[in-house]
Amino acid sequence: MSSVVDLDIRTVERFLYREARLADEHRYEEWEALWTDDALYWVPAGSDDADPMTRMSVVHDNRNRIATRIKQFRTGRRHSQIPASRLRRVVSNVEVLDEAVGEDVVVEANFVLVESRERGTHVWAGRCTYRLRLVDGELRMSYKKVALVDNARVLPTMSFLI
Amino acid sequence: MTHADTRARYDELVQPERVHGSLYTSPEVFADELARIWYSTWVYVGHVSEVAKPNDYVRKAIGPQDVIMSRSADGEVHLLLNRCAHRGNLVCEAAAGNSSSFRCAYHGWTYRNSGELVGYPFHQGYGGRGKLDLGLGRVPRVAVHQGFVFGSFAPDGPSLAEHLGDAAGEIDRLVRLSPEGEIELTAGWLQHRARANWKLLAENETDGYHPQFVHASIFSVAESGIGALYGEKSSAVTRAFGHGHSENDLRPEFRRLGAPLGWFGTTEERMPGYVAAMRAAHGEAAQEILVEGAPHVMIFPNLFIAEIQMFTIQPLAHDVTVQHVTAVQLKGAPEMNRRMLQQCVGSVGPAGLLLADDTEMYERNQVGLGELRPEWVDVRRGSHREHVDERGHTVGGATDETAMRGFWAHYRELMTR
Ligand code: FES
Ligand SMILES: [Fe+2]
Repeated sequence: MSSVVDLDIRTVERFLYREARLADEHRYEEWEALWTDDALYWVPAGSDDADPMTRMSVVHDNRNRIATRIKQFRTGRRHSQIPASRLRRVVSNVEVLDEAVGEDVVVEANFVLVESRERGTHVWAGRCTYRLRLVDGELRMSYKKVALVDNARVLPTMSFLI
Repeated sequence: MTHADTRARYDELVQPERVHGSLYTSPEVFADELARIWYSTWVYVGHVSEVAKPNDYVRKAIGPQDVIMSRSADGEVHLLLNRCAHRGNLVCEAAAGNSSSFRCAYHGWTYRNSGELVGYPFHQGYGGRGKLDLGLGRVPRVAVHQGFVFGSFAPDGPSLAEHLGDAAGEIDRLVRLSPEGEIELTAGWLQHRARANWKLLAENETDGYHPQFVHASIFSVAESGIGALYGEKSSAVTRAFGHGHSENDLRPEFRRLGAPLGWFGTTEERMPGYVAAMRAAHGEAAQEILVEGAPHVMIFPNLFIAEIQMFTIQPLAHDVTVQHVTAVQLKGAPEMNRRMLQQCVGSVGPAGLLLADDTEMYERNQVGLGELRPEWVDVRRGSHREHVDERGHTVGGATDETAMRGFWAHYRELMTR
């Protein structure tokens, strides 16, 4: 197994930008298709490294729950996303880390995201850690951790895909 | 306005089957509530497991008041106000920690974690050491029920036991789910802001009318049986305990199901260690406990136990409320705890499959209540079909507004005292 797949930074960026755009535009199926079967989508609470098996998280979705989350949007009755938040995020400071998890390449990036809703405009920001893997020649993510800068503070509703 | 005027005003604004919309939107009403409710009655503050060891402390709140819950070396739990007795700086910045004292950063005054002033620099300026009779402010009354710590800013008044009344039994029902008879709140808290009045949250917690509509999306995709518990055909009931407390009593439905852990959407076979521990600890009674499950109870004004999760409602302004939420953890039940935590994380908080939608409703409600007409909020649902049970509590159907009427009756009493 080639552990660190030969990924140049442009390929990685292209993936991250696309992931960001699909989330911003609520293109749920396409976003869900970016995940591998052993996916983990995690937004810690309280600190960046709170153990998700013993501590509360904002999001801690395995592949199954990601699917449930997406299905819930698709019912058309996920009230906290009706109307859907207007979103645009900037992804930057992309770094391919010098470590690998199994066959996955570990990548980190910062983001700033502006959300507009009737309740007002909110700025979300943080650093994401991704694990990327080549599956049948396509890049997929098996892990996305979103370390919000304000994850120890009071947060408004965040029911879109961060 | 004189006190009598204010009393008359709340008498008029809170009626048996309708309440005035301004109660949710007026900053003056909020100021009155702080004085008459939040700084007068018993308010839930924290759980002893959050300060498990001697000298542990954690920052908590009573409404907008910043309260330090500490445990001194002798094991006693204190509720101190986070305000230096010198010129008012915060004495504690950390969210939690372990320390026998708090030292104010401004001029270095130091307090024991039980509140006494133990030192101040350059003491000649005060005529020497030990001359000052100052200390941290305290919540005058602190009382604990089953590890749940309550505080009251009123030096006198009803005891915690009187305040809780029969709602205390629901807390007892929760702790019985632990084979060791204790719960722990060790999973940390999500803090979720609602741009809404606190009473909208408190009312909603035992409103069995909304789940089928607000949560239809998740009920339909997660194949949960919860929706059916809150319907016209459900044998579940809504009960007002008095003192503003209320519950959705789902036991009739769980008893009908008759399956241990059915209330939790799982089976005995999948939780063998837990079930064995429960049978060993409770003997015969275990069957009933396992079948009937956890309570769904709102303790006035700010503690909500929703089966596997616990909320505290913290009002910050007439239109800003923070929902603090954590997973209940049962002492001696590791396999249950793991599952309760993951289920709770999925449901609640800013991204919760359930709570994000409730919060959306609170916020829309707040906006709507700012509209001038029709002025009143209607809470008459089910009043023609409720009855009083053998313990003297008012009981309505699963989807009735019995709990809300109980909430408002108590609110009126406190606001017109
Ligand atoms: S304000 Fe705290 S020591 Fe002066
Ligand atoms: Fe709800």
